[in-house]
Amino acid sequence: MSSCESSATYTAKDFKSDVKPVWCPGCGDYAVLSSITKAFADLGLKPHETSVVSGIGCSSRIPAYTNTYGIHSIHGRALAVGQGLKLARPDLTVLVAGGDGDGFSIGGNHFLHACRRNVDLTYIVMDNRVYGMTKGQPSPTTESDWDASAMAPPGGTGMTPFHPLAIALASGANFIARGFSGDPNGTAQVIAEAIRHPGFSFVAIMSPCITFREEQREWKNTMRNVNIEPTTDPAQAARRLMTDDGYNCGILYRGNRPAYGKEKKATNAVSDLDREFTL
Amino acid sequence: MTTSSGFGSVSIAMCGSGGAGVMTAANMFLDAAAEAGYYALFGRSSGPQIRGGEAAALVRLGVDPITSVDDTFDIMLAIDWQGVQRFAAEVPLSKNSLVICDPSAGDVPEVYVKTGAKIVHLHMKDLAKEIPGGRPNMIALGAVAELIGIPVGPLTEVLGKSLKKKRADAYEASVAGVKAGAAAAATLDGAKRLAPAKAKDVKRWTVTGNYGAGLGAIRGGVRFCAAYPITPATEVLEYLSGALPKVGGVFVQAEDELASINMCLGASYGGEASITATAGPGLALMTEGLGLAVASETPVVVVDVQRVGPSTGIATKCEQSDLNIAVYGLHGDAPHLVVAANSVGDCIFTTQWGVYLAESLQTACLVMSDQALGQSRAIIDVPADVAFVGKRLAAVAPAEGEVFKRYANTANGISPMPVPGQPGCQYTSDGLEHTETGTPSSQAADHTMQLDKRQRKLDQFDYGNHWATIEGEGDIAVITWGACTGAAREAIARAKADGVNAKLISLRLISPTRPKHLAEALKGAKKILVVEQSHQGQFTRYLRGEYDLPVKPESLSRSGPLPMRPGEIHARLLSMGK
Ligand SMILES: Cc1ncc(C[n+]2csc(CCOP(=O)(O)OP(=O)(O)O)c2C)c(N)n1
Ligand code: SF4
Repeated sequence: MSSCESSATYTAKDFKSDVKPVWCPGCGDYAVLSSITKAFADLGLKPHETSVVSGIGCSSRIPAYTNTYGIHSIHGRALAVGQGLKLARPDLTVLVAGGDGDGFSIGGNHFLHACRRNVDLTYIVMDNRVYGMTKGQPSPTTESDWDASAMAPPGGTGMTPFHPLAIALASGANFIARGFSGDPNGTAQVIAEAIRHPGFSFVAIMSPCITFREEQREWKNTMRNVNIEPTTDPAQAARRLMTDDGYNCGILYRGNRPAYGKEKKATNAVSDLDREFTL
Repeated sequence: MTTSSGFGSVSIAMCGSGGAGVMTAANMFLDAAAEAGYYALFGRSSGPQIRGGEAAALVRLGVDPITSVDDTFDIMLAIDWQGVQRFAAEVPLSKNSLVICDPSAGDVPEVYVKTGAKIVHLHMKDLAKEIPGGRPNMIALGAVAELIGIPVGPLTEVLGKSLKKKRADAYEASVAGVKAGAAAAATLDGAKRLAPAKAKDVKRWTVTGNYGAGLGAIRGGVRFCAAYPITPATEVLEYLSGALPKVGGVFVQAEDELASINMCLGASYGGEASITATAGPGLALMTEGLGLAVASETPVVVVDVQRVGPSTGIATKCEQSDLNIAVYGLHGDAPHLVVAANSVGDCIFTTQWGVYLAESLQTACLVMSDQALGQSRAIIDVPADVAFVGKRLAAVAPAEGEVFKRYANTANGISPMPVPGQPGCQYTSDGLEHTETGTPSSQAADHTMQLDKRQRKLDQFDYGNHWATIEGEGDIAVITWGACTGAAREAIARAKADGVNAKLISLRLISPTRPKHLAEALKGAKKILVVEQSHQGQFTRYLRGEYDLPVKPESLSRSGPLPMRPGEIHARLLSMGK
């Protein structure tokens, strides 16, 4: 809690900054921004006690568009930055956001360890199955036969797409959900639940890149809300995720492992430390 | 007293295969020497194996503070000879040296015989056998103490402190062993007795550079550390993982160095002074994160305990070859702080100062240490408790209708920095070039303004007289840094006895440069000698590139891993003084 308590309640608009997004008109990320600010408002958070941390990519531009504390850091490192912030400041709401390239390619190792470590923050990946900012290269979640890119070989990469949700489960994540930017209200609800969840929560939000993957406009017809009771059984969650076609939205798994991090409590004065060195 | 340097000290190497207990014996020896009022420096060396293998304890004792190894060892005591010839280059012997060994361990390796050192026998194994629970390392401990004149009193006191409560039988056996060793050594010929210690009026400290860096960090206000283990920096982390929680701080073992530095940046943004420690390979991984610290003006401290490079190099030995990456390793124009500790004890002060500078100037500060400082244990005078505690320039919320300018272009270049939770000061910290409010900008004017600001705040700051350690006077100026400082200091003292006067200038503030201060310090110098441990002469190049030196400097620069010895510098000073 901040020392400066305010009784004012904030609306989604209060969480938006007046910086104009650089996103292409029609980019899915606009709606994700709205879902985030709506979730913040719905939870009754205060802008100055909330933070958004990102890496680099189109989607990672998001902190500047929120009126919260934020860090637009470097490519792939958002989770490391966010975990440091939360561990130092358990009182802050920390949301980490970025793209599939940022999170699963260059940031892959941090993703695995953030799932394991279980620091109390929410990680949102705006997945468009492409590198938007560097103009359309395949990302870890791109279909293996997608070859409409200057950098993809004819016939596609031939690599199996990364399954972020299944990998999150295998790595120990306790809250796993999928959202769709075409359903901002449903997504806002999922984000709010994720923030409420103690420990690391992971929300993959399918967010079309209409510039480099025009065909993703079709997602509005394929994404479906599963509306099922989230399972607390990892084995069942594994079956669900491994047979998942990538279009099911909702909270898919919710475990109950305790969050990482002890209460910060000084037991000694700094001068007490000298004793160890005195002869 | 017949020490090789004649500077009131004795150097002893205790060697043996792993498990023979030389490190235990040497640590007790050091404690006893401290008890008796001596100063000491204790470096350890081991073979390439992680555990087991051979080990050497390299101890130098003296009546005055010791900040360098000596040229040769006075006594080499080998409990056995297994693999010990590996230390031949690290344990130089002369005709005046004494080799003490157990005849039952076999012949003395040729490398040691060749030195012409006097070889004497001590039946350590047999003597130990006569004592129930007796061990050869305690015989060795007693013998060495006797030879250099440390009385049995302080030795038994030390044994009592570490053993009496836990294991009374082990204590009895150790005391008996020490006494037997001392008695046997009394009959040996070739004692190297130390002068009596000066009366000590205050308690002394014993510290390693790495633990000292950890303590300095906490003294400076650090309450967060994220790090990944790497030799020879790991002990900084060992210390902080235990000590930080005691003072309400947080320690995290990160998955790699990329995570370490970026976690620190997150924590620092959140308002906690943060530190990580690493060695060359880890520093290489951190450079992108350090650039973010510079651009986003987020304070962070990295202790770089240098080892031999490039690549994995020699992990357990010292070199000063990370200077280039420390000063020039970041991409873009990225002014940041580089400070360097110049003795084991100075690791405390310099790290504390580094935290203070990083916090005051809102940027990255690299604290350069090295294996020789970090992993050596020294007996030092109690370090001063200096008042440097990092404090950021706090922000105040802007008036109604005005925007908060996180990166305000102030006269001294330091912009007020809020702590998340503070109403009205929300901002995005950004590695992208930005305007005064933090909004990303690709405008030339914004870029130049921010670059000027980041440089200006470093240049205008008052670093006081801590920028260098300056000692003595003379026609020759010896400029050095880091672990070479101790050797240079001793070389200068020896040269003075030979009638050659030199001034010591050891830079603590490596970057930014202090042209006026160095010019002042060099006033009257007719010759300059730059001393460093780098094959490329990185420090010499740095000085020549960054400063207008009054005369072309001579360079005494060589690679690691052997420590710089005073004799090397002394010889050069004598030839320069002619
Ligand atoms: C170390 C590093 N390597 C490469 C880049 C270039 N880069 C910027 S964004 C990006 C990919 C972004 O893709 P994604 O995370 O999927 O985000 P999107 O733009 O699609 O939202 C890359 C490779 C960089 N900024 N830093
Ligand atoms: S390139 Fe794609 S991801 Fe980037 S802003 Fe445009 S539509 Fe969005």
